Amino acid sequence: MEAAAIIESLQSAVPGAAYEVGHSVDMPTIYVPAEHLAATCRALRDLPALQFNVLIEVTAADYLPRDPRFEVVYHLLSVPKRYRLRLKVRVAANGTLPTVQGVWRGAGWPEREVWDMFGIVFDNHGDLRRLLMPEDWEGHPGRKDYPVQIRKSAQTYEPLEVSEAEFRANIERDRQKRTH
Amino acid sequence: MAEIRTETMTVNMGPQHPSTHGVLRLVLELDGEFIKSVMPTIGYLHTGIEKTAEQKKWQQVVPLVERMDYLGAQSNSLSYVLAVEKLLGLTMPQRVNDIRVLIAELQRLASHLIWLGTHAMEIGAVSMLFYAVRERELLLNINELIAGFRFFPSYFRVGGLREDLPRGFHEAVNAFLERFPGKIDEFEGLLTKNDIFRRRTEGVGALTLEDAFQWGLVGPIARACGSDYDVRKYFPYCGYESYDFTVPTATEGDVYARYRVRVAEMRQSVKICQQAIQRISPSGVWACDDTRVVPPPKDKVYTEMEALIQHFLIYSQGFTVPAGDAYVPIEGPRGEHGCYIVSDGSNRPWRVKMRAPSFMAIQALPSIVQGGLIADVVAVIGSNDVVMGDCDR
Repeated sequence: MEAAAIIESLQSAVPGAAYEVGHSVDMPTIYVPAEHLAATCRALRDLPALQFNVLIEVTAADYLPRDPRFEVVYHLLSVPKRYRLRLKVRVAANGTLPTVQGVWRGAGWPEREVWDMFGIVFDNHGDLRRLLMPEDWEGHPGRKDYPVQIRKSAQTYEPLEVSEAEFRANIERDRQKRTH
Repeated sequence: MAEIRTETMTVNMGPQHPSTHGVLRLVLELDGEFIKSVMPTIGYLHTGIEKTAEQKKWQQVVPLVERMDYLGAQSNSLSYVLAVEKLLGLTMPQRVNDIRVLIAELQRLASHLIWLGTHAMEIGAVSMLFYAVRERELLLNINELIAGFRFFPSYFRVGGLREDLPRGFHEAVNAFLERFPGKIDEFEGLLTKNDIFRRRTEGVGALTLEDAFQWGLVGPIARACGSDYDVRKYFPYCGYESYDFTVPTATEGDVYARYRVRVAEMRQSVKICQQAIQRISPSGVWACDDTRVVPPPKDKVYTEMEALIQHFLIYSQGFTVPAGDAYVPIEGPRGEHGCYIVSDGSNRPWRVKMRAPSFMAIQALPSIVQGGLIADVVAVIGSNDVVMGDCDR
């Protein structure tokens, strides 16, 4: 199915959205405006002619110095219809996107990874924490202005030191808690 | 009567736990023996390969991506190589495609053998690991034969293969294919009707097809739930449409169904390998004829000026890839491996992203094991066949 045909069937389900056909060599590509992303994804999943029931992945690419800077890419798969589709959303450096977790539950972690690596915020995500990088990491390594190699001294954590008196007190407190 | 006080217990599992296949950390909230909630923590094996790949020339990325999913190494490089070739608009000669199919299927067998060995070992059948690894050794020997490297051969290159097949390749593959079906019977004889194994796996970690698709799980896990989705059949690549094989499925969606699907897949892989090795001549063409990508033969480099220049260009500058992006999915051992690449028209990739089936499988883990027994967590992790290198990349 061509991108133009998919856009045509989307027009009635998502009124007012300005879609754009993207150039591609492998599968239909559609540029979706960020504000219509959630409604578009729902329509793509539910329209009987499309049935994109699997979200294959969510990723992003940083096109610094272009503006808008990021493109977030969604790869969709329709198992019943044997279609593949690529959605692209242009996002500015401080822009946000709606989450599509409500459409495909599996979107949670890929969106977290995109936030972790590129710093793109997904509204209403609910659990937008670091995923691959440590929780106290600074910066977003996927960005083009993030250095490839940084010199950083190794972080160490002192082992928890407990004196014998404290240890006995802890045990006693636990025992009382259990027999309480 | 005194009121019974109940409280849940929080147990940390991993990151150094033998059954988590690498470094996966789970924080389990237990109500007695039952699981109330699971919180996976990943990222311990994050190596930034995707970022590193942006600094390398196109051909240099092949060994990098192989190190992501270290048990199915060549399915990573196959999807990467196919994606770059898609942007370059290259088509491969028949012989190259046949060799790629053969190597990819041998890789699937090697990966499934490690899955079978570790999965069975974790739920009590320790000796399975030795039997499975013994067979895998023969596959690693074949890798060593073609590339001198047992785990990460980097035999697939953009534009074809690294070099022609070595002497003795057909004998080694044929000997393995002759021996292996009997070994699958042996494995099945030990497990399929084994009462202990069945009690540990039947009805455990059941998943419906709808849930599997909702979580983005395709591949053996979805096929154990009744889907027949297989990239090799739905979106054929490397000429898979010309091979005679079936896609094994089951309907129960539990750990035992995943076991049956994967074992049946091994038999189908052997069938594909047997057809492929028949088609491959012992020597012949091993790369396409596009001089932008493939260096000219050595005798021409020494005698012709243009060939010398081309040789120098490829090894010093690399080749450029037209601007654009491509995503090529392949059926890896764990499900859909896919490589998304973006090119800005230069000799280095702008962005490389691997679609990791293990990543999706671990994301879905809490919903699969919730409400089950703590002992079943190990069975479910094993049956999902997760590789942390693939998950964390």
